[in-house]
Amino acid sequence: MADLAKDLHTEHMVMNMGPSHPVTHGTVKFMVTLDGETIVDLKTNIGYLHRGFEKMCENGTWEQVMPYTDRLNYVSPLINNVGYALAVEKLIDIDVPDRCKYIRVIASELARISDHYTNIAAGGLELGAFTAFLYFVEARELVWDLIEMLTGGRVTSNYVRIGGLKNDIPDGFKEKTQDVFRRCRELWTDIHKLLTKNRIFIDRVRGVGTMPPDEAIAYGFTGPCLRASGVLYDVRKAHPYLVYDLMDFDIPIGENGDNFDRYLVRMEEINQSMRIVEQALEKMPKGPINVDMPQYRWQAKNDVYNKIESLIFHFKTVTEGIKPPPGEIYLAVEGGNGELGFYLVSDGSGKPYKCRVRPPCFPLTAAMPRMVKGGFLADIIPTFDMINMIGGECDR
Amino acid sequence: MEANVTLKKICDRFPDSVVETHSYRGDDTAVVKKDDILKICQFLRDDKELLYNFMMDLTAVDYLGTEPRFEIVYHLYSLQYNRRVRIKAKVSESDCSIDSIVSLWIAADWFEREAYDLYGIIFKGHPELKRILLYDGFEGHPLRKDYPIKKRQPLIGPTN
Repeated sequence: MADLAKDLHTEHMVMNMGPSHPVTHGTVKFMVTLDGETIVDLKTNIGYLHRGFEKMCENGTWEQVMPYTDRLNYVSPLINNVGYALAVEKLIDIDVPDRCKYIRVIASELARISDHYTNIAAGGLELGAFTAFLYFVEARELVWDLIEMLTGGRVTSNYVRIGGLKNDIPDGFKEKTQDVFRRCRELWTDIHKLLTKNRIFIDRVRGVGTMPPDEAIAYGFTGPCLRASGVLYDVRKAHPYLVYDLMDFDIPIGENGDNFDRYLVRMEEINQSMRIVEQALEKMPKGPINVDMPQYRWQAKNDVYNKIESLIFHFKTVTEGIKPPPGEIYLAVEGGNGELGFYLVSDGSGKPYKCRVRPPCFPLTAAMPRMVKGGFLADIIPTFDMINMIGGECDR
Repeated sequence: MEANVTLKKICDRFPDSVVETHSYRGDDTAVVKKDDILKICQFLRDDKELLYNFMMDLTAVDYLGTEPRFEIVYHLYSLQYNRRVRIKAKVSESDCSIDSIVSLWIAADWFEREAYDLYGIIFKGHPELKRILLYDGFEGHPLRKDYPIKKRQPLIGPTN
């Protein structure tokens, strides 16, 4: 039989996957060159969700950028909000009140939990584990209930403000969080039982899409995918922002850098994020949530209506935008997928001169060919799931 | 000043290449001559006391009206020493090109393509310099400051 096959005339087949394929969630196109079922070459085409984020930012005020950041990584928009606000605050040199820092940590971690839920749920779904999807989507709905309670929105929250927050934590938030986390932990255990030792799941993800640590660094990996390769780098620990240095949490790392480790790292990060939220709710001090700098942060509505100075500042900041001093800064926060960096340039006017986002899933998507070449066509699915490419963030 | 080790080292090593340095809001920045970008990056990556192994970000800024017009901005990170540095190189409009650093960090591949796509900077030695976020056949580079915000270029189906 082998001799017979040797003489057969075979040739490679080029196939398009996407841009609208069930597993390429986030509109990306793969041009796969196949030898039978083995991937010989893969080319990734992105840009289907490009909407000119930077150009839009450059033509709005600094505050008008905030809703655009919601649409970057739309699975964890609160982290984008926090990252952008921190970047502008670094540019202006604002130190927000302690209570605001704690609430931002809570918001970021809730967003991270929902990000990881979505990723694992969708990953399970695409490998045929529909039950896992339903369970984690239930958990995500519960976390979104919390986010809704806090911000008023479920997906595009637009909650953080430069120099503060839209509103304080509502009454009963702590009790509600305890209830939600109790149920989420049950669901986490169910998922753990359904997937972590599931033979079918393990066969699909273990040893697939492996990335050795040195290559992961060279490709610019950050976040769970880098940590799955065994490299200990988390912005929350390396450059602690807000009050992460006061929180007690662990950073899980993997050993093999394959998709299974990426899954395990994310599963553990969910637990660690819950720990952070609980600690932050416990330790949170009382006090204001906004800085008292009327040229940058709006005053309370009551003051705006009743005091002439507040009204003037409100009018100036709304019509002309806030005016950070000229300069440039780079600030990174730990997003759901890795290092979410903002590089801002101000020329002293009311509009950003440059508002660059370093999208964490951009280098991950760029490494797709490296991760799947030589594997089977079906391996694209778990690998692409576990790098968690988010179109809104990758294409901007 | 532990934080300024990087700037001091590259100033000592490449006195003729470094145009200026500053540390605004704690961000160490070195502006270097564009012809020396490759060897400076190589030094930053390989020197035992620096080891900038992450090419975190690469982008360009258009300072329309000044000469040289563009600035290419590199953000590097050293895992070993937990340091960041920003390297900038100025590129003029008439010679809108700079050496590619893909040979040092493979991560630069897509970032350079993006800068080419949106700003029209040519990265010499890049293995496959073509548009990434926009489609082939798009005219102009939209993040240039002289590209009108309201200009529309609808893509009506493939031309082939």
